[in-house]
Amino acid sequence: MASALFFYVFAVLAVAAGATVILTRNPVHAVLFLILAFFNAAGLFVLLDAEFLAMLLVIVYVGAVAVLFLFVVMMLDVDFAELKAGFIKNAGVGALVGGIVLAEILALVGYRGLTAASSLNVAAPVPAAGSGITNTQALGEILYTKYVYFFQGAGLILLVAMIGAIVLTLKHRTAVKRQSIGAQVARGPKTGMEVLKVPSGGSIVPPAAKHPEAAE
Amino acid sequence: MLESLQTFMTDYGWNVLALIGFSLLLLVVLLVIIAFLLLMDRKVWAAVQMRRGPNVVGPFGLLQSFADLLKFVLKEPIIPSGSDKAVFLLAPLATAMCALASWAVIPVNENGWGKWVISDMNVGILYLLAISSLGVYGIIMGGWASNSKYPFMGALRSAAQMVSYEVSIGFVIICVILCVGSLNVTDIVNAQKAGIGTRLGLMNSFLDWHWLPLFPMFVVFFISALAETNRPPFDLVEAESELVAGFMVEYSSTPYLLYMLGEYVAITTMCAMTTILFLGGWLPPVDIWPLNAIPGVFWFLIKVVSVFFMFAMVKAMVPRYRYDQLMRLGWKVFLPLSLVMVVITAAVLQFGGFLS
Repeated sequence: MASALFFYVFAVLAVAAGATVILTRNPVHAVLFLILAFFNAAGLFVLLDAEFLAMLLVIVYVGAVAVLFLFVVMMLDVDFAELKAGFIKNAGVGALVGGIVLAEILALVGYRGLTAASSLNVAAPVPAAGSGITNTQALGEILYTKYVYFFQGAGLILLVAMIGAIVLTLKHRTAVKRQSIGAQVARGPKTGMEVLKVPSGGSIVPPAAKHPEAAE
Repeated sequence: MLESLQTFMTDYGWNVLALIGFSLLLLVVLLVIIAFLLLMDRKVWAAVQMRRGPNVVGPFGLLQSFADLLKFVLKEPIIPSGSDKAVFLLAPLATAMCALASWAVIPVNENGWGKWVISDMNVGILYLLAISSLGVYGIIMGGWASNSKYPFMGALRSAAQMVSYEVSIGFVIICVILCVGSLNVTDIVNAQKAGIGTRLGLMNSFLDWHWLPLFPMFVVFFISALAETNRPPFDLVEAESELVAGFMVEYSSTPYLLYMLGEYVAITTMCAMTTILFLGGWLPPVDIWPLNAIPGVFWFLIKVVSVFFMFAMVKAMVPRYRYDQLMRLGWKVFLPLSLVMVVITAAVLQFGGFLS
């Protein structure tokens, strides 16, 4: 009974928060409601006994992705009038894409005919009751043992994407003075100081600066 | 409705009441301890600088934190007219609530009565990581909603800083749970009943705790915990010489109190996490008679306070980092170091015959 109660609380809040994300005018509020929706989805995972997935959802989406969303959105200077004009212009395309996605979901649900019997065939994030293994272990066995090559393949694709992003944006400017921590720490009295004999009545020409930064 | 309430009570009734009772007990004890930890922080800071610190309210200034509490609560909250009021007031609440929520999975003892923890969940350590990563929201929301320059700069700094150091904290936790083989927080402490010391034939002692085999990770975790909680020398978020008070500039009275409370609860949580991951939780330093007769909760408390003392000493002694140095330390030193340590730990466990 309690789980049914919590299901309705999480489900209603998730749908309401999701709707508010697209209805609210302020983009920062939209991101905050998106975070609320993530939280409720995590709550639904907990109700499914998939607490590992719930925690990953919070760590990855709320803890990292949504922070970056918020970071970007807060720095934007959004012109709402312009945004609305764009909305009318792009409404047709948006409706088309939305309609296709809706039709696909309906077709999928109709095909699967989500009944109690068929839902047993769908891969569940939860191991069978009484097997004595936690869902963390069950996920590990599927992801890192059974499908380990696919997992490695996905990792490689992400690595290539990451390297691509770095190659596209990395610009090593040469005119900038940089701090070299290693050179600073290695600099002792021997390299940083020079004792010169001053001839009496004469003068000395100061040697060229020996700072490691100046060499660059 | 009454009927469903009745079934609810028969199904869950006393468990729910006991849960609420224990939660309240934990929160009250935690908050009282934090009041004195705050005083200790100021006293240590003062002692290092050869000052007396707070010494007026109560004997030796012991009641200073409670006097501060009254003052914060009774003052008028000022909400800037240009601010986003809802988010402005939500932000300190989020900080305090997230910080307190993490104590739900922290076990303080285990004895014949069972585990002294509110929720003994399977993925407790992930929960701790998730909740500690949420601490950044209070700061970002507060900084943005204040609609002012310095708070916003502070919020941006904190977002980058906390996300950076979470990475190395995550890898440190992975090292520990590789050694333990469980994500349960109680299991992590119990795994430290056997280790280097018992392999050498000694009784269970402080040599078994994870700080010894994972010493580099212990140091990385301690420093990352300082950065994650915005403690000096990494308090760039509220660096008074650059940003006045950072994200807290516009806050006053109770909202400010909630920020301070959340910050100190988060620090205490990090001390408790250090204790659990590396210092053996509630285990006595040597498992012999006069020491193991003392209830484990005291050992836990002593260890948490000792780690907090280290936090306070670092605050008093170490000068503040520059922002680019902070980022360099997080991404160029700690991230590779902890990544290599994960590989080394896994290799030693796999090829050293530690996995049964």
